[in-house]
Amino acid sequence: MGSTERSEQPVITKGIDKFFLNFYDILKFVLRFFKEMFTPPYEGREFVRQCYYIGNKSLLLITLTGFITGLVFTKQSRPSLAEFGATSWLPSLISIAVIRALAPLVTALICAGKVGSSIGAELASMKVTEQIDAMEVSAINPFKYLVVTRVMACMLCVPLLMAYTGLVAMTGSYLDIHLNEQTSLAIFVQNAFEKISFLDFFSSFIKTLFYGFTIGIVSCYQGYHATQGTQGVGKAANVSVVISMFLIFIEEIIIVQVINMLR
Amino acid sequence: MKPFTPEIHWDETVISIRDLYKSFGQNHVLRGVNLDLHRGENIVVLGRSGTGKSVLIKIISALLYPDSGTVNVLGLEVETLKHDELRDLRLKIGFCFQNGALYDSMTVGENLAFPLRRNMPHMSKKERDERIATVLEAVGLSQTIKQMPAELSGGQRKRIGIGRTLILRPEIMLYDEPPAGLDPITCTDINNLINEVQKRFKTSSIIITHDLACAKATGDKIAVMKEGRFIKEGNFEEVFSDNDELIREFYDYNFIQ
Repeated sequence: MGSTERSEQPVITKGIDKFFLNFYDILKFVLRFFKEMFTPPYEGREFVRQCYYIGNKSLLLITLTGFITGLVFTKQSRPSLAEFGATSWLPSLISIAVIRALAPLVTALICAGKVGSSIGAELASMKVTEQIDAMEVSAINPFKYLVVTRVMACMLCVPLLMAYTGLVAMTGSYLDIHLNEQTSLAIFVQNAFEKISFLDFFSSFIKTLFYGFTIGIVSCYQGYHATQGTQGVGKAANVSVVISMFLIFIEEIIIVQVINMLR
Repeated sequence: MKPFTPEIHWDETVISIRDLYKSFGQNHVLRGVNLDLHRGENIVVLGRSGTGKSVLIKIISALLYPDSGTVNVLGLEVETLKHDELRDLRLKIGFCFQNGALYDSMTVGENLAFPLRRNMPHMSKKERDERIATVLEAVGLSQTIKQMPAELSGGQRKRIGIGRTLILRPEIMLYDEPPAGLDPITCTDINNLINEVQKRFKTSSIIITHDLACAKATGDKIAVMKEGRFIKEGNFEEVFSDNDELIREFYDYNFIQ
């Protein structure tokens, strides 16, 4: 259906009205996403295209960042453990840190910056140049084509990228440990996974699923509701990143608390 | 002035608008608009910027909803339509945006194929290609099929925009400021194209413009809008023959004496 403009008088005050109206709009947007996600026809080709773009856009940066994270974290942790003669615990320490916290967070923050800004700017540019309206009047559902595919692609790709980040970070860590402690790969892997449980993998997967959803829905919402011409495009890209990152940290706190209760 | 169009069916109304009101906050954009578009007819809605012309056609295509009043398109009340009914109706209405609104990430050919793929999934590739070729030939831009929108001039973008609309074979065309931002020669080309589309594809059209030359060349009927309502209707000569101050002001504004 077409976008409807509001013309009501302020009920309480302008600021509070605006807050609740925005909240209502966001809620409607999220509910529409879930409704359209399960309603055929499905936009399979566009979904695959978006997965390719999201993965492709982030892969190089994630490889570099993941590798450096693993390497640097290992280097920073060694002196503290060496004081207690416990450098053999390095693989376990690193794997716990990487799998439980670093890989999901690093992946999500990079995707928020790279993918979120790109989705926000792309949709905002389509909105201000009336391309979204053009789809609507051509009897094409722009929400399903543009929003559902992008959010779902984020929900699939962020967990996959997180697994990749974890692998690359552990590789960086192994290289450093191998060079300094001459630990073999077999022993490194054995030590690294000794303290890791299924719950750790599962919680990271759930976290990144939420992060992917957050990045996708926030940036699509910002882009889809952009106004003010070209200025609105920049604003949508910027706000997408800021809000996504903020919500990712909030979600991190909440999910960690829930997982700790289950542990 | 545009020659008489014999194909107009005066007994058949394709769009009927009654007492249409629309406001955005305190800005009352439409204040009781009434309009009838007959099959085969081109109506030009003429008015200065900000008088509510574009809002009117956005309401007709259900991109916006009115505060009150009725919009009947091809016998259907637009505001009461369910999702699927609206989708079916939109296939019969073509909307040409001011700047073409071409999809930046697609070539011209893909821009034209996209609505066909979505709305006519069972159409064979051969049929699709044939229809694209016919439309591109109609808008005189067959050679641009592989080009990206960014490589086209303003006039070409508008032509392709019209072509993309025609690809679904609509019965009604809504043109939003077709001559805006174009040089006089390209404007004339676009005006000719609008008339060509009317004849060849048997469309009924509402043309939104503030350009008198466009109004004169394309309109079977002119409706002058001021402050959200029509102040004068008729053919070009009827509208501009009297000495109504508001009409003269508009006439002078366009520098056509």
